[in-house]
Amino acid sequence: MAIALSAGLSLKPAHYADALASPADARWFEVHPENYCVDGGPRLAWLDAVRARHPLSLHGVSLSLASDERPDETRLARLVALARRVEPALISEHLAWSSWRGAYLPDLLPFPRTREALDRIAANVSIVQDALKRAIAIENPSQYLAFDDHEIDEVAFLSELVRRTGCRLLVDVNNVYVSARNLGLDAAAIVDAFPADAVAEIHLAGHAADPRLGESLLVDTHDAPVAPAVWALFARLVARIGPRPSLIERDGNLPTHAELDAERARAAAHLSAVDERAAEAIA
Amino acid sequence: MSALGRFQDAFACALLANDPSSASGAAPRDLSALVRQPAFAVYRNTVHGGLIDAIVANHPAVERLVGDEWLRAAAAVFVRSHPPTHPTLADYGEGFDRFLAGFGPASAMPYLPLVARLDRAWTEAHAARDDPVVDPASMTALAPERLADALLVPHAASRWVRSDEHPIHALWTRSRDPDGGNDLADVAWRGEGVLVTRPIDAVRWIGIGPAHCAFLDACAAGRPLAEAAGGALDADGSTDLARLMADLLDAGAFARLSVAHGSAPVAPTTFP
Repeated sequence: MAIALSAGLSLKPAHYADALASPADARWFEVHPENYCVDGGPRLAWLDAVRARHPLSLHGVSLSLASDERPDETRLARLVALARRVEPALISEHLAWSSWRGAYLPDLLPFPRTREALDRIAANVSIVQDALKRAIAIENPSQYLAFDDHEIDEVAFLSELVRRTGCRLLVDVNNVYVSARNLGLDAAAIVDAFPADAVAEIHLAGHAADPRLGESLLVDTHDAPVAPAVWALFARLVARIGPRPSLIERDGNLPTHAELDAERARAAAHLSAVDERAAEAIA
Repeated sequence: MSALGRFQDAFACALLANDPSSASGAAPRDLSALVRQPAFAVYRNTVHGGLIDAIVANHPAVERLVGDEWLRAAAAVFVRSHPPTHPTLADYGEGFDRFLAGFGPASAMPYLPLVARLDRAWTEAHAARDDPVVDPASMTALAPERLADALLVPHAASRWVRSDEHPIHALWTRSRDPDGGNDLADVAWRGEGVLVTRPIDAVRWIGIGPAHCAFLDACAAGRPLAEAAGGALDADGSTDLARLMADLLDAGAFARLSVAHGSAPVAPTTFP
């Protein structure tokens, strides 16, 4: 069984022309919809051009699903309009909040995972899915703070969201690694706990040690190549659940497109190998 | 309010506070414990750094005039009092010009708010709706007796800024050029105006005089060409109206030409 989408790359303005020129071979590109929620102009024109050649994924950072309020109507309407325009293969968001009382705070902020929070977030996911008329995938963000009032562990929380709303999951194996290191958890056990059927997408990215605190605090910087330990978690996850659309995320310290594409090709080769082994096992 | 909402009130307040430890003093006990963890700084740095980076990225001419360090210090004050109300950071910074006008350390540079307003105009023009552009030839096709009542509707990307005192066209043009210097010694100090627009796929701008600005103001207010022309002559009696209209049409300032009284557009427009 061949998968429709193989490995993809986050689309950066500096690489628009390279993305447009690259072969249409099951590769795909992911963007933050927030950067394209504009009325017109060259940025949207580039996105349309890339979309004409490659599948797209809209990976939101601002719906603030974990806020104790409904998703902002204007933002949701703009996301619906953008989704109608580019017909993305995937749409995803985070288990986090980033807006509160009208102010946008550009980060994926943490919260105590309580039963009360689960009720609110499940309602918010349903509002978004109803507006989009499709399921979205929810991503595990990197965690830095130790809360003593979590009632539910992260994967159980995400799994319950799947059960209540029909949403899918986006497993960011770099975030699993960073969170586990920061909070003293077992990354392999976390990766093993994700419900296989619900996983719609995988993210890989680079991280760095905190400039002041060093290795005791890892930061999800997206400014370096994927670390060997994160590649190992990716292999472990895919060996268990099978191939899924997998993305190399890169934001800072941007290398050439060719360099990023080599990382993407490595992920794609891994997905193909797993796929072939599965086919042989069935035969 | 729910426990989640109370948590978010306190956490957001601590994130934006000048001194997070002082904010945590007023916060619930569980939050002050979180704020004391070294990892709280990761969130604070990401939020502040992201907002300050956006202000710097969206104000390249201001940065050229004052330097990165000065602009970051000013932006750090701005972002705490004016966090964005929407998540498109490429469009963040509305009001930064007005903030600079009241910012003490900027008082020796009275032209700086105008330069910031022009940077903002560039940002708005870049992401504006893809309007059509009035073809200059369509004006000459219009019967002269219908010209007085015709309306020229500004392009969604058009923005114009005027100063009676400062050479904002020279200052801004030089400061938008990555290879231009920031030595202002040879700039002729006189009032100037700038029209910024994006007729096709790239933002462009021209220097304009007070008559151009009066003409554009009248068009934007929905006044017919006869009134717009009168306003231009009031602003500068020596104005060559044919030349003024050619300047603005060639720059792509207008999206639509129509005659008054609700008629359909009288001339074809070209789509970018």
